Amino acid sequence: MRLAPFQLHRPTELHAALALRAQFGDDSAYYAGGTELLLALKARVLRYEHLIDLKRIVGFDRLARDGNDLVIGPLVTHLRLATDPLIRESLPAYARLSDNVGNIRVRASGTLAGNLCFSEPHADPPALLCLLGASVTVHGPNGERSVPMAEFILGPFTTARADDEILTAIRIPLPTAGEQFCYRSFGHLEYPAVGVAAAYQSQAGAPRYRVWIGCIGDNPIHAEPVEAALAGVPPQALSDVLPQAAEAMAAELPATDDIYGSADYKRHLAAVFIGRAVLESAGMPGGR
Amino acid sequence: MADLASLDISFTLNGAPQTHSVAPFALLIDFLRDDLALKGTKRSCDVQVCGACTVLVDGLPVSSCTSLAADIDGKSVVTIEGLAEHGKLSPVQQAFVDHAAMQCGFCTPGMVLATTALLERHPHPTEQEIRHYLRGNICRCTGYIKILEAVKSLV
Ligand SMILES: Cc1cc2nc3c(=O)[nH]c(=O)nc-3n(C[C@H](O)[C@H](O)[C@H](O)COP(=O)(O)OP(=O)(O)OC[C@H]3O[C@@H](n4cnc5c(N)ncnc54)[C@H](O)[C@@H]3O)c2cc1C
Ligand code: FES
Ligand code: FES
Repeated sequence: MRLAPFQLHRPTELHAALALRAQFGDDSAYYAGGTELLLALKARVLRYEHLIDLKRIVGFDRLARDGNDLVIGPLVTHLRLATDPLIRESLPAYARLSDNVGNIRVRASGTLAGNLCFSEPHADPPALLCLLGASVTVHGPNGERSVPMAEFILGPFTTARADDEILTAIRIPLPTAGEQFCYRSFGHLEYPAVGVAAAYQSQAGAPRYRVWIGCIGDNPIHAEPVEAALAGVPPQALSDVLPQAAEAMAAELPATDDIYGSADYKRHLAAVFIGRAVLESAGMPGGR
Repeated sequence: MADLASLDISFTLNGAPQTHSVAPFALLIDFLRDDLALKGTKRSCDVQVCGACTVLVDGLPVSSCTSLAADIDGKSVVTIEGLAEHGKLSPVQQAFVDHAAMQCGFCTPGMVLATTALLERHPHPTEQEIRHYLRGNICRCTGYIKILEAVKSLV
C-alpha cells in the first residue's frame, strides 16, 4: 500500500508545531513514530493533507527525574523505556511492560505518547500508568494543562486531549520505598486480550494491594472490590482470599466477544491474571 | 518555504553518503526498492508484523513498509545489500548459510538484519533473549529451529 499525498512539516519547537496545527486545522495531524498513524493512512482509515512531525522538536526526547517524578517526553520510545537505567532501576515493572510491547521495530519507533494519544483499547501502558498515579501534560493554543492518567483515556480511540493539543510529557510519581509493582498481560494477537497491573505495599504490618485491569472495557478499570477484599491480608494468606476475590471481580467485567476471544474466555483470563499479578507484586510464588 | 512537493534528504546508505529528493509521503520500502533498486528488502504483511521489510536505521530495526523515506534524513541506513564486504558474507549471513537457516528465503534479509542489530547491542544473548528479539520476524518455512541454531552459533 502507498500513502495518499500529504505535506510534511518538521518544526523544531513546540510553538511552531501548535501554529501549524492552527493554520491547517483538521486537515493536519501530529506525527511521531508513525507506527499507528502511517498504518491508518495506508489503510485509508484516516486522511490528512499535512503531517506535523514532532521528531525534531528540541527537548521532546527528555527522559529524566524531576524531583519525585519521572518525566517522559513525547519522543521517548518503548525501547528506551525498556532499556534506560533510570526506568529499569526505579520502575522495573514499567521497563518490563515496555519490553513486551509489539515487536522490536514497533518498540524502536513507537512512542509512549503516541500509544496514549491513539488510545487503542488493548494497549498495555494505561492500566499500569493508572496504578502508578501518572498524569499527562498537554499543550494547546491556550497553554498547558495536566490530566490524571485515570481521566485521560475516555474510550476506544478517544482521549481527553483536544485534537490541537500536543502531549508534551508523561509524569510518573516515583514509588515510595516498599511498594512493589507488577504488570501481567496475555493474548494471542499483536495486542494483549487482558492486562493486569498490581501493587503491594506493607505498611507497618497492614498490607495494602492495588489493582487495575486493562484491555477489557473502554478504559482501565480500577478493581476496588479486589483491593477491599485483600486489604490487611498478609501475602502468605492470600491464597485464602485472592481466588474468590479475583473470580468475583472478573464476573463483573464488561467483557465482550471480539477477535481477542469470547467474553467468557476474557473473564477467565482476567481472574487468572489478577491472581498472578497480585501474587507476583507481593513476591509470592504462584505469580507465574 | 522550500518546494513542498519534494524533500531533500541526506543519509548514509550501507556506509556511503547520499543525497536524494523524495516525496514527503514516499514509504522507505518503495524508495529503497524502486528508486534505489535495492530489492533485498521484502514487502509481505505491510502492517509491521512480519519483519520481511526490516532495515537498520542508526543501528535499530525499522519496518520500512511503515516508515517515511523522509525520516532517514541525517541517519545511517543499512539494508541487506550492505552487510557483505568485498564479496565476503558478514558473520551473521555466513552462519545462516552454514546452518541452512532458510528455505524460500523471503524472511531471511529481515532475520539477518534483526540478528545483526541484536548482536551489535547484546553480543551474548541467551536463547530466551534471542527468541524475544526475533519475535517480530516471521518465517513460514523453517520452523525457526535452524534460525535459532544459526544465531546461537554466533554467541
Ligand atoms: C504490530 C504492532 C504491535 C503492537 N503491539 C502493541 C502491544 O503489544 N501493546 C501496546 O500497548 N501497543 C502495541 N502497539 C502500539 C504501539 O505501542 C503504538 O503504535 C506506538 O506506541 C504509537 O506511537 P507512535 O509514536 O508511533 O505514534 P504515531 O503513530 O506517530 O501517532 C499515533 C497517534 O497519536 C498522535 N500523536 C502522537 N504523538 C502525539 C503527541 N505527542 N501529541 C499529540 N498527538 C500525538 C498522532 O496524531 C496519531 O493520531 C503495537 C503496534 C503495532 C503496529
Ligand atoms: S512488510 Fe513490513 S513488517 Fe511485514
Ligand atoms: S525461509 Fe521462507 S519465510 Fe522464512
